[in-house]
Amino acid sequence: MDFVTFFALAIPLVVIAIMVIAHPSPVYSALFLVLTLFLLAVYFLFLDAHMVAALQIIVYAGAIMVLFLFVIMLLNLQSDTQPTPRRGLGRAAIIGGVILVAELGLLLQRSSSERAESSLPENFGTVEALGSQLFTTYLLPFEITGILLLVAVVGAVVLAKR
Amino acid sequence: MVPISYHLILSGILFTIGVTGVLLRRNIIIIFMAIELMLNAVNLSFVALARHFGNMDGQIIVFFVMSVAAAEVAVGLAIILLVFRGRETVNADELNLMRW
Repeated sequence: MDFVTFFALAIPLVVIAIMVIAHPSPVYSALFLVLTLFLLAVYFLFLDAHMVAALQIIVYAGAIMVLFLFVIMLLNLQSDTQPTPRRGLGRAAIIGGVILVAELGLLLQRSSSERAESSLPENFGTVEALGSQLFTTYLLPFEITGILLLVAVVGAVVLAKR
Repeated sequence: MVPISYHLILSGILFTIGVTGVLLRRNIIIIFMAIELMLNAVNLSFVALARHFGNMDGQIIVFFVMSVAAAEVAVGLAIILLVFRGRETVNADELNLMRW
């Protein structure tokens, strides 16, 4: 990824992510979040993570955000009209965030021992390579993830049916 | 080529936006979306580091993070629906039953 691509993706990413938390209407927030996830998928493509980029669009932008929009519509939410009453907390959040990012930048600047990028294997990030690792080295975590999803499905149905 | 620190700083910025959203907004659904934003920021650093070291383990962790996020959203939104049915509100400040 060269610098032009990086900034062409990173600047909209940050602006839209701020819109997610700044927009008063939850529906707009959800749609901005979809846009953020799409941009991240493109970003992943530039980082040679093809499978992850496809999953990002299918799972996040496809499944999870539809769930969000469904719930927003079910609840019939209006925009927040009253501002948050605790101004102090907001200011603390912003100041803390700026300090965190500054510290991160300083830390990364100090760690000058930038290793050269390792050469990539032939099929890095493809469905085949990811799948074969997932079903051999990571078989047990994969099975546990399956059980976790089953528990989540059962839990969601039980909770929503009550 | 962009050095790895650029990706990590972008990831940190996105994570911070998520934390700020959780602290600033009072609507539980938007707080939930900010949590998704944080998960994605972490995914970004995983993918960037996987690319940097030429090792696919990071991408597999991202796969697991995504499935955990899906499970979390399904259960979390069911809880939000249930709370809304009982209390008729999604404002986190009004849900103070278990506050000390």
